[in-house]
Amino acid sequence: MSFASEAVLIAAKDLRIEARSRVATAQILPFGGIVLLLFAFALDPRRNVLPTVAPGLFWIAVLLSSLLAVSRSFAIEADHGARDGLRLAGLDGGAIFLGKAAAVAVELLALEVILLVGVVGLYDVEVHGLVVIVPAAILATVGLAAAGTVYGVLAAGLRVRETLVPLLVLPAVAPVLLAATRAFELALGEELADAWRWTSLLGVFAVVSSMVGVVAFGPLLEES
Amino acid sequence: MNRLPVVSIRNAVCLLGRFPALAGADLEVDAGEIVWLAGPNGAGKTTLLRLLSGLVPLHSGSARVLDVDLAHDRRSHRRSLALVGHETFGYDDLTGASTLRFAARAAGRSAADADAAGARFGLDALAPIAHAALSAGQRRRLALAIAFARDPRLLLLAEPHAGLDADGRRVLDAALATAVDEGRTVVFSSHESDRAAALGARAVTVEGGRTVGGIIDAAAAARR
Repeated sequence: MSFASEAVLIAAKDLRIEARSRVATAQILPFGGIVLLLFAFALDPRRNVLPTVAPGLFWIAVLLSSLLAVSRSFAIEADHGARDGLRLAGLDGGAIFLGKAAAVAVELLALEVILLVGVVGLYDVEVHGLVVIVPAAILATVGLAAAGTVYGVLAAGLRVRETLVPLLVLPAVAPVLLAATRAFELALGEELADAWRWTSLLGVFAVVSSMVGVVAFGPLLEES
Repeated sequence: MNRLPVVSIRNAVCLLGRFPALAGADLEVDAGEIVWLAGPNGAGKTTLLRLLSGLVPLHSGSARVLDVDLAHDRRSHRRSLALVGHETFGYDDLTGASTLRFAARAAGRSAADADAAGARFGLDALAPIAHAALSAGQRRRLALAIAFARDPRLLLLAEPHAGLDADGRRVLDAALATAVDEGRTVVFSSHESDRAAALGARAVTVEGGRTVGGIIDAAAAARR
């Protein structure tokens, strides 16, 4: 089986599990929505502030939701020795990484579409610059999923993994939060040239974190 | 007669934390042999099986399995073996059929191979049922079907009869006999001496992390 086929096999397995368990739709999606709603409540007295800060609030909601998605991605490997099964399968560690990261990215992209609708409705945001927003969102999501998956496997075998994952992931993905927020702000303000520069930064982060994951995931899985 | 050692372990030490679960174990197994690991609870039988699969690192001594030196590479022989441990390696939210097909495809086998292995262990009726809803005995059948679906050269089984009903035990014994006839190598641990004797297995006793009878007497092997 080729490297790509192995990655697809893992991604399909994880997405099938999510489709059957409905954790993504019943817990992660509502969580992201609640975060957006709470920000709206908190800043409601100064409602004119919301459109201005909407990009940052949107990406904070995505970031917090990504922690749940990453934790979930490794929680399914924790029962019945499934992580041992994954190791014994004989699959390439890099392919397992890409498959798990891809599954997380697909879940996050679906979440972002719904949260974006929520931002438009709750925060009175007018959407411009989709030509930048879409690639920026995709690259930011790849970066979040890749970095989260690397740190997820790092904590996978530990009893404190639920609390350790946020501690590890949040500082590591701070550049994504910053760059994605700036790219969205500039795109919404129709300053597309500057928005592309931040989008490029997101691309660099996505590529670097993916390469690190492909190389490091196998050894980390062995030691987890 | 040329011997074809599939397993060759000398003075192997494995640590679980600081505890030497294996404290100088020796084991030789030729191709097509069936070996029964006997011994009390906590003797190191399961750790020995996990060492052979590469899940547990070798601390000292030497270990060669399927022509791979485990001191340097614990992964590349895994596609050619199957381990049935005390857990199923399954996913609660996947059906029996999905779990089986995933494991088979990960080993480069087809869905048809997976279905055939499932049928062999009487899993046809359980195929659409989620892993979470299976009984302990049904899960054991699933784990065995996964192992055989991988078409392994080396089968490593920890207490394979545990939890199986009379029919399941008959099916397993027949499958093991066929596997040996096909030239596969089987190493299993069991507390059921009558079943091990019926399979014609060579007995190796494990006690206190050491083995008795692990090294093959070449002259006796030649006479056989």
